[in-house]
Amino acid sequence: MIYFDNSATTKVLPEVLDTYNKVSEQIWGNPSSLHNFGEQAFNLLEQSRKQIAGLLNVHPDEIYFTSGGTEGDNWVIKGTAIEKREFGKHLITTSVEHAAVRNSFEQLKQLGYEVTYLPVDNEGRISIADLKAAIRPDTTLVSIMAVNNEIGTIQPIQEAAELLKNYPKIHFHVDAVQGLGKGIQDQIFNDRTDFAAFSGHKFHAPRGTGFIYGRRGRRIAPLMNGGGQEKNQRSGTENLPGIAAMAKAIRLVLEKEPSAVETERQIKQLIMDHISKFDKVTIFSKNDDTFAPHILCFAIKGVRGETIVHAFEKQGIYISTTSACSSKDHAESGTLNAMQVPDDIATSAVRISLGDHNTLDEAKQFVKVFDTLYEEFDKLS
Amino acid sequence: MKEIYLDNAATTPVSDEVYTELMDKYKNIYGNASTLYGLGRESKAIMENSRDIIAKSINADPDDIVFTSGGSESDNTAITQTAIARKSLGNHIITTAIEHEAVLRPCEALEKMGFRVTYLPVDEYGNISLDDFKAALDDDTILVSIMTGNNEVGSIMPIHEIGEILKDHQAWFHTDAVQAYGLLDIDVERDHIDMLSTSAHKINGPKMIGFLYRRKGVNFPSLIKGGDQEEKRRAGTENVPAIAGFAKAVETITTEEKAHRQEKYLKFKHHIADKLKANGVEFEINGRITEDNLNHVFNIWLKGISTYVMQTNLDLAGIAVSGGSACTAGSIEPSHVLVAMYGKDSPRISESIRISFGRYNTIEDLDKLVDAITKIVNRVKNKGVKM
Repeated sequence: MIYFDNSATTKVLPEVLDTYNKVSEQIWGNPSSLHNFGEQAFNLLEQSRKQIAGLLNVHPDEIYFTSGGTEGDNWVIKGTAIEKREFGKHLITTSVEHAAVRNSFEQLKQLGYEVTYLPVDNEGRISIADLKAAIRPDTTLVSIMAVNNEIGTIQPIQEAAELLKNYPKIHFHVDAVQGLGKGIQDQIFNDRTDFAAFSGHKFHAPRGTGFIYGRRGRRIAPLMNGGGQEKNQRSGTENLPGIAAMAKAIRLVLEKEPSAVETERQIKQLIMDHISKFDKVTIFSKNDDTFAPHILCFAIKGVRGETIVHAFEKQGIYISTTSACSSKDHAESGTLNAMQVPDDIATSAVRISLGDHNTLDEAKQFVKVFDTLYEEFDKLS
Repeated sequence: MKEIYLDNAATTPVSDEVYTELMDKYKNIYGNASTLYGLGRESKAIMENSRDIIAKSINADPDDIVFTSGGSESDNTAITQTAIARKSLGNHIITTAIEHEAVLRPCEALEKMGFRVTYLPVDEYGNISLDDFKAALDDDTILVSIMTGNNEVGSIMPIHEIGEILKDHQAWFHTDAVQAYGLLDIDVERDHIDMLSTSAHKINGPKMIGFLYRRKGVNFPSLIKGGDQEEKRRAGTENVPAIAGFAKAVETITTEEKAHRQEKYLKFKHHIADKLKANGVEFEINGRITEDNLNHVFNIWLKGISTYVMQTNLDLAGIAVSGGSACTAGSIEPSHVLVAMYGKDSPRISESIRISFGRYNTIEDLDKLVDAITKIVNRVKNKGVKM
């Protein structure tokens, strides 16, 4: 089995699962309880927070635990809208965001907020000039993803940060769900990023874990109101086994990061070099530092994405359609559509997404299977 | 020997017209402005007329002018009372490293109470950077207190730009305009200023009187608690003669007069600099000579001559200058402004004097100053004494 769908989710690492189990069995107290047992849990919670902050080079009180990427994005976006509603109701994002971001904005639109969706070029990238032109006196939030989940484009986060230094009142949020362990931490944690959302299951931690970075001095309204956990910002009994496991997963993924990025680039290059020779193949991703190392999106003209995915699946290779192109209903919101890729090609697109366990051997097997399948597709169309 | 007074940033002599006004009002207008009988009503009328004159000088509504005992009280009130009233909205305050002590000390006291204070750094000319300000501004910021112009080196802060940024931010914007009031055109509407401090004695008015401008909606409890004077914003029987004297002083500093003084003092600086150079005195300017400065302040580093020696010898020659701001001059504390500009190890810290001009200074005063400085420098250097 070759798993090339790591942007969808990743397998929990055995040592991470080990932490999860140990904490579940041994430190199952509630961190808010006053007794010893609670204190032990509280200490582990804060130790995990400290470890994550240390690995990312931020302050421990800038880390807030969530249930995942979707919650993080929802929280920062709606939390900013609520917190800053007296100062303005204009929000800016891009036309290629993940649904967790896009649909948060869509909901705010229904509540009377104005949203500007920045267009992208044929690589799926926004322009800083467009961002600058979109900023108004009543803009309170700019939300830009670090890495596009469909084709892997790295957005110009640092340039946006430079521009936003001139607009100190605007919150700058980065959806970094696809960005951890991909060699771009410096871009995500620049000195102007106010918030960034992360999801544990994208880097071998269990589902239902995640965190946001929230810069000191920046405030968002809580979405989860209740017992006042996470400094009153995110109520709900802390998922301590998940949090401790996530802290471990971050350490492991960052340890492996340099070699993993290199291997992913090599795998991606090998596949790109091979499939680009075929007439009906269109490649949307690049393999330089303007694209993440782990995502490769391509189309085979005349074959629907679903057909390609299932054909590979039969050969034991797991890839995916680009999420938004799989259904015609959502076509207008997909990255490829925002790039103005014609419908017939966009519906034929699939995504390979690599992880730190993938090997060059797997890439070689992939291209062999590709050759066989391409021949069959060619006959069909 | 007639004293030559070149320390007008410390305080200024009361002008003749202010003196006349003060004597008249002290003698004749002694009613308590809060009483209802004729004498009191007369006091009240004079006070309100003065308030109108003063409000107009900064383009404010007279209702928003609160008389205080001076710059220090105004600054203390603006800073401490804002922090107390707004602590539920955040705990962050932004100010600069070169504010007057009347701003810095209250900020330090607030830090001890758990508030977070950002002291913006300055460059070698005593200017803050707007980028630093923007980077410091947070959702937690409840107050920004940045002086209009500095009292030791005359640098002017980007008040208008800061006001623009803050006009749709929760933070209130306070500016200590004590030094700038007599020289710059101040407009609280144009610059989106929420609070502004002044002091009468810096503009040839009486001592112990000043005002705090408080824009409508800027509400906090009075620092001085007691009677209901000043619409409950500052207790204490109003010093009506001083208020009338203050208004008299304000009347003389018209827009034209301010521009005229800025121009005149700029020439004074060039005059001193040129003559010192011609006399071979080794010196450098702390800050710079530029039109965009408060030109009444001229701070120079006399290389190799300690501030103490220079100041004492000038005093013996009947010339009053300062070794920093008046509040630090009496002590051996180095000037925090020069430290912020040049670092604590710079020889400038201990070898500089501040010359500050006023309405009554003439070119002859400057010539005498330069002659005296030259003599002192030569005497010290010829002796080969390292002072």
